[in-house]
Amino acid sequence: MRLPEQIKRLGLVIGVLVAAVLVGRFVVIPRSLVATELHQASTVAREVAKPMKFAGTAACQDCHDDVAVTKAKGYHKNLACEGCHGPAAKHAEDPSSGKPPAPRDRKFCPVCHIYDASRPTGFPQINLTTHNPLKACITCHNPHDPVPPKVPQECSACHGQIERTKAVSSHALLACTTCHKVPPLHKTAPRSALPSKPDTREFCGGCHGKDSAQKDAPKVDVSAHGGRFQCWQCHYPHLPEGRA
Amino acid sequence: MNKRDFLKGMILFFPAGGLLEMAANAAAKETAAPEAAGAQPAAMGAPGAGGYNGEKHYYGMGIEIDKCIGCSRCVEACKAENDVPQEPFYFRTWIERYVITKDHGVIVESVNVKGKAAKETPQEDRDVIRTFFVPKLCNHCIHPPCVQVCPVGATFSTKDGAVLVDKERCVGCRYCIQACPYGARYLHPKTRTADKCTFCYHRVVKGLLPACVEVCPTQARIFGDLKSKASRLTRFYRMNKIHVLKPALNTEPKVYYAGLDGEVR
Ligand code: SF4
Ligand code: SF4
Repeated sequence: MRLPEQIKRLGLVIGVLVAAVLVGRFVVIPRSLVATELHQASTVAREVAKPMKFAGTAACQDCHDDVAVTKAKGYHKNLACEGCHGPAAKHAEDPSSGKPPAPRDRKFCPVCHIYDASRPTGFPQINLTTHNPLKACITCHNPHDPVPPKVPQECSACHGQIERTKAVSSHALLACTTCHKVPPLHKTAPRSALPSKPDTREFCGGCHGKDSAQKDAPKVDVSAHGGRFQCWQCHYPHLPEGRA
Repeated sequence: MNKRDFLKGMILFFPAGGLLEMAANAAAKETAAPEAAGAQPAAMGAPGAGGYNGEKHYYGMGIEIDKCIGCSRCVEACKAENDVPQEPFYFRTWIERYVITKDHGVIVESVNVKGKAAKETPQEDRDVIRTFFVPKLCNHCIHPPCVQVCPVGATFSTKDGAVLVDKERCVGCRYCIQACPYGARYLHPKTRTADKCTFCYHRVVKGLLPACVEVCPTQARIFGDLKSKASRLTRFYRMNKIHVLKPALNTEPKVYYAGLDGEVR
């Protein structure tokens, strides 16, 4: 079959155009304009090259091994040095370039240790207004090993939230030890020795059973009231009457 | 100049420009040959530093709600490490306080906004049923909507599971800020480009922890490599009941929460 001359020419023109586009796309336009890997690699390289401000606890301990030893024994053993002292990469690289600050006043420790209802129960929290007013925390506590100078006598020193709830309940006058047996170790190493909790219905029945000698406590027939359930499944012992 | 000359000039000008640039690039490459050899095959994830290989890692973060005390050490550390503006509305990571009240109300506020930090809160008037803190940050999603919408391909996922922004390519159009369902991005007021958490990429490739994880006093934040069986994150992922934020969106976040309340959005 013979192609008409104009078709051939058209074909040639189209061919040249296609070739020009291909050459343009793959040869002329620089790869850096189209290749995603290249600009991604340069972004990664830029990120990696960013200077660090925090040196990391391991770097601090290289020189301050004495503090590391003290700290490893205390409640603050898991804390990073730079959590309190601030970013110290510069100091780690060149110790003569200045010392990281050490917070010494009454403002800093409460960042973690002021009472806040949203904090997990059991986290040591204080009432800043009543807790040794105006004294700097470090007059009594060594931040690297913050044992209280005397073992806390009041449960409320740590369990403020429960204390506040109980204070407005009908159990307000009961000492914590009425229901909990507290091993002495709990005061110095709270999580390694937990206080006991009542585990029988009869325990509550000691005051609330109908034969009890406690005249102020509301009485129920422990053998019938509440069926097979334990008392604290319905009554929260720190606020037994509940709130409307 | 007549029309013919002009067209000829045009036809020659553009390819010639391209070829010139290529020649220039080639020359530059030759002079910087030793470095280029290290940087080139990088093609993301392998920055050539100290034999780090991005393919071997896949990073994520774990957050244990019951441990967070809302102290914001992490937020401050992040700002210091990553030059996040100090104003209280630019964050790469932030802490939300949730208060769930008896009348089914849920109050959410950022404790990093001035005046909302922990301070002796008198018991609220409303009856509080439960209240807790939720640390938030970019989830480094496995299917990140922010990457999908970027019109210039400036944001991308690395092989080791970080979502990064190329601030030289970003045109500041804010699509990604709109597209992120977690509000994890902001427009940096200085560079006018999108900015967000990088998992402290510059630290983790050197084997250090992200700044927020480093300073968290209660270990509420856990960082690790999902590809390593021995990493703390893998253990955390195995030992806890895990939830992620907005799972229905199919973004597959890599920030895993233990003890997350159903009210948290
Ligand atoms: S959390 Fe938002 S910014 Fe981070 S990867 Fe997912 S969509 Fe992108
Ligand atoms: S540093 Fe840890 S405990 Fe403090 S707010 Fe951040 S995640 Fe919570």
